[in-house]
Amino acid sequence: MRHIIAILMENEAGALSRVAGLFSARGYNIESLTVAPTEDASLSRMTLVTRGSEDVIEQIIKQLNKLIDVVKLIDLEEVVHIERELMLVKIKTADKMRDELRSVVDIFRGKIIDVTPASYVIEMTGTSDKLDAFIATVDKNSIIEVVRSGATGISRGEKGLHL
Amino acid sequence: MELNGAQIVIQSLKDEGVEYIFGYPGGAVLHLYDAIFQQDDVKHILVRHEQGATHAADGYARSTGKPGVVLVTSGPGATNAVTGIATAYMDSIPMVVISGQVPSSVIGSDAFQEVDMVGITRPCVKHNFLVSDVTKIAETIKKAFYVATTGRPGPVVIDIPKDITAPDVKVPYHYPKKVEMRSYQPATTGNKAQIKKAIELLLTAQRPVIYSGGGVVLGNGSQELIELAHLLGYPVTQTLMGLGAFPSTDKQFIGMLGMHGTYEANMTMHESDLILAIGARFDDRVTGKLDLFCPYAKIIHVDIDPASISKTVKVDVPIVGEVKLVIRQLFEGLKDAKYKIDKKAAETWWQQINQWRSIQCLEFDRQSIAIKPQYVIEQLYQVTRGDAFVTSDVGQHQMWAAQYYPFDKPRRWINSGGLGTMGFGLPAAIGVKLAHPNADVACVTGDASIQMCIQELSTALQYKTPIKIINLNNSYMGMVRQWQEFSYESRYSHSYMETIPDFVKLAEAYGHVGIRIDKPEDVRAALEQAFAMKDRTVFLDILTDRTENVYPMIETGKSHHDMKLRVAIGTTTDRELS
Repeated sequence: MRHIIAILMENEAGALSRVAGLFSARGYNIESLTVAPTEDASLSRMTLVTRGSEDVIEQIIKQLNKLIDVVKLIDLEEVVHIERELMLVKIKTADKMRDELRSVVDIFRGKIIDVTPASYVIEMTGTSDKLDAFIATVDKNSIIEVVRSGATGISRGEKGLHL
Repeated sequence: MELNGAQIVIQSLKDEGVEYIFGYPGGAVLHLYDAIFQQDDVKHILVRHEQGATHAADGYARSTGKPGVVLVTSGPGATNAVTGIATAYMDSIPMVVISGQVPSSVIGSDAFQEVDMVGITRPCVKHNFLVSDVTKIAETIKKAFYVATTGRPGPVVIDIPKDITAPDVKVPYHYPKKVEMRSYQPATTGNKAQIKKAIELLLTAQRPVIYSGGGVVLGNGSQELIELAHLLGYPVTQTLMGLGAFPSTDKQFIGMLGMHGTYEANMTMHESDLILAIGARFDDRVTGKLDLFCPYAKIIHVDIDPASISKTVKVDVPIVGEVKLVIRQLFEGLKDAKYKIDKKAAETWWQQINQWRSIQCLEFDRQSIAIKPQYVIEQLYQVTRGDAFVTSDVGQHQMWAAQYYPFDKPRRWINSGGLGTMGFGLPAAIGVKLAHPNADVACVTGDASIQMCIQELSTALQYKTPIKIINLNNSYMGMVRQWQEFSYESRYSHSYMETIPDFVKLAEAYGHVGIRIDKPEDVRAALEQAFAMKDRTVFLDILTDRTENVYPMIETGKSHHDMKLRVAIGTTTDRELS
């Protein structure tokens, strides 16, 4: 099953490699990984998407907690949560296709943020599933480039992952 | 007090209470060696190879419970230490390794003797640090010792670029008394609800067994374990790493379990309906085939490391905490419990166990005209009155030492269990002897293993650490040969050494005493002679039965009740000595 794990770690050099190294050394898979500093400069927040049986996920969480640089973490799968991923897509636009593409982008609540006579850059956020669905909708041959941030997430309600 | 970086490192070690540093100098640590030269409090032990430094520090740590300290230079010095660091990591040994690094300004430029030590050691340390500022040295060292010695212990590497230890930069020195880390809070006592569940299971079990591991030794829980086991009256089996935590001569002890465990220990595990696992990690050498592991048992697992629990075997009652504290909680809870142990069930269970015991799975041919390695270990036990520190290398001799030397105290049996590092025994023995100068220290080894760190014989002379090397010489890599005999139709691919050195001459060349023994009747006298030479390192080169195998054995893919036992005792009399 797919799990989104949000991790608060010490904002130290090498912290990212400890997590990445753990996954490769123990043969866990990483579907995506994003990391950036938080409002507290001493902490960075990582969001990691992985797949595995319940036993494997349990081990992943224990092993992550064991890393000295990991301060706190949460498996978002265990709480009601919101998932978002950012995607930028550059698409070739033949004249007659431009209108149709624009309406598809509207349906997916995306934005066109760069226009040339022959291309659009589309910005879109949503769950990873939604972004997959958009990609499936447009003509594969027209896609020049896709960049995705990897999923991030946050729990709903008042409680949160903080110190 | 203003000190430079190198002085801060040494002063911090002193303030931490460090007695010995095991190390080897080189370019990146010259400032540090200069600081060592100018003081006498922290003693430096110069090894002959950095792997030896880590194993010696490891032996010191295992035998005392105090962290071992290592100092190596950058590049090859650092990489040579990696095997020893990984050895300590696999067996959860507290160790602090300081490695020199090239100056900060050239890091990343493939400078002379540069290697990414933090990157290389990441998977085999509990934690590591790269010190980026002279003002951070003391705090980093404090943190390193704190992390290495608390919770589940392990090695910590501190990589220090050369410029950070430069003599001309002085800063105020203060060694913190305490350190707190928001991201690291080891567990202490066990969860009360889980303890209650465990007590209920312990009191209702019909066929219980206590399975204890190295965690009881590391967590100083030996006394508590003995009291708990005696209160319950249940059989106790121990892992290779746990030996000595519960006295091997106690009648409740049923021997080591696992691949070369006793028939009674493995059968007891297999047939049990409740396993109380304490400080053990269900290692593959213990469990055999996982699908067939202890099919009837509920499992209570006590461990300081949550990640050890349900890693390979799903357990019913997990208890995270320090073994010492959790065992005490169990003990108190059992004393206060309303109902008592089912005495009748226990009696039936012990009858069954004693029947398994009666097979005498460790019996061997005592009439043999070739020296049986088992006999040597038995004699070693008698000559040292069961009270020696015994280090070992890895292979058949290691298993025989574990099987035939009944350890009654923790921290007496010093061996590389998890990583299985050949070359461990000799340097480890030096570390043990430094910590226990008045004790008998024996290194049980083999002709292949001993050659992997033989250069440390020179260290043993320099620091006058009189150890006794018991070399069970069969001219083979015995364990490899055994597996090839069992699983590869006796195709002995590269497990035979045709050019074994003359170990007697070699010992003498290093300034020690060498004795060769090739008859069973000479073993006892030679051992007595060796241990009587209190101030000399003695190398006993004992030519043993070359094709002897370690029994019992659970072969790969088999389970506890499917053991290979010695077939006909008393029939092997081949003497194949060269």
